[in-house]
Amino acid sequence: MERHPDITAPHAGPAVAPPGDLAIWFFILAELLAFGVFFAAYAFARARNVELFNEMQQTLDRPAGALNTVLLITASWCVARGVEATSRARSATGARWLAGGILCGGGFLVVKGVEYAAKFGAGINLSTNTFYMFYLSLTFFHFMHVILGMIILIVLWWQTRQGLYGPANMNGIESGAAYWHMVDLVWIVLFPLVYVMR
Amino acid sequence: MMNTRQLNFVWVVLMLATLATFAIGEIGERIGIAGPLAMAALLAISIVKGRLVMLDFMGLRGVKFFWRGLMIGWLLLVSALIAIAYWIAAR
Repeated sequence: MERHPDITAPHAGPAVAPPGDLAIWFFILAELLAFGVFFAAYAFARARNVELFNEMQQTLDRPAGALNTVLLITASWCVARGVEATSRARSATGARWLAGGILCGGGFLVVKGVEYAAKFGAGINLSTNTFYMFYLSLTFFHFMHVILGMIILIVLWWQTRQGLYGPANMNGIESGAAYWHMVDLVWIVLFPLVYVMR
Repeated sequence: MMNTRQLNFVWVVLMLATLATFAIGEIGERIGIAGPLAMAALLAISIVKGRLVMLDFMGLRGVKFFWRGLMIGWLLLVSALIAIAYWIAAR
């Protein structure tokens, strides 16, 4: 018997798949799993070294961490606005929003770079103590993801400026945007966990 | 489907929530939000923030529960593990 997949009623119910390519969502889930394990490892390592972690946390630059939260969330907002504009065939506007996201992401890298420079300048490294081993490796793992996210955003910005995306072709831009939001999402857990919670 | 007003509203809520997280770090102990209460407040704020990023920025609001469940499930699981570790540390 012949079967006809129902492709004529896109608004009949909830979308089956999330925006973008399904492959990026499996990638996002894998990344979240890795970060989740890292977060749990930090929390349980802290449970065994509470005094050290509480003392060392006081040496972190909390305002810089908060500023970076603002920058990443604002970058995510810009990217979401860029996707929304592009989906309404306004790709020039979309590209400007993506450029705003790239600027905020760049701001994050600068602030984090200044933070790292201050820590390395104070002679802190991976072997300083358990807290700094976690702080440096966890934030640097995230830092690498911001860099990859920035590369993706720059490619999306360029392609959107060229008019590659529009209402009929959203797969690429939605996939890249989802990855960027994942980077933001991870920082939303990382900042309170590492900088604030004691 | 996203709309600009919803996206702007979510951004404002996320900014206010970030301010709340920062305030707990700066003046939490002086205003009586410390220890387990601060931990619970911080986790609750990050769950609210993460959920909004997933639903509105990532566009999962209208998508089948399976995907929202996986993503929000991750957030709740990670938060629960952090809470357990902090509870162990506080004993």
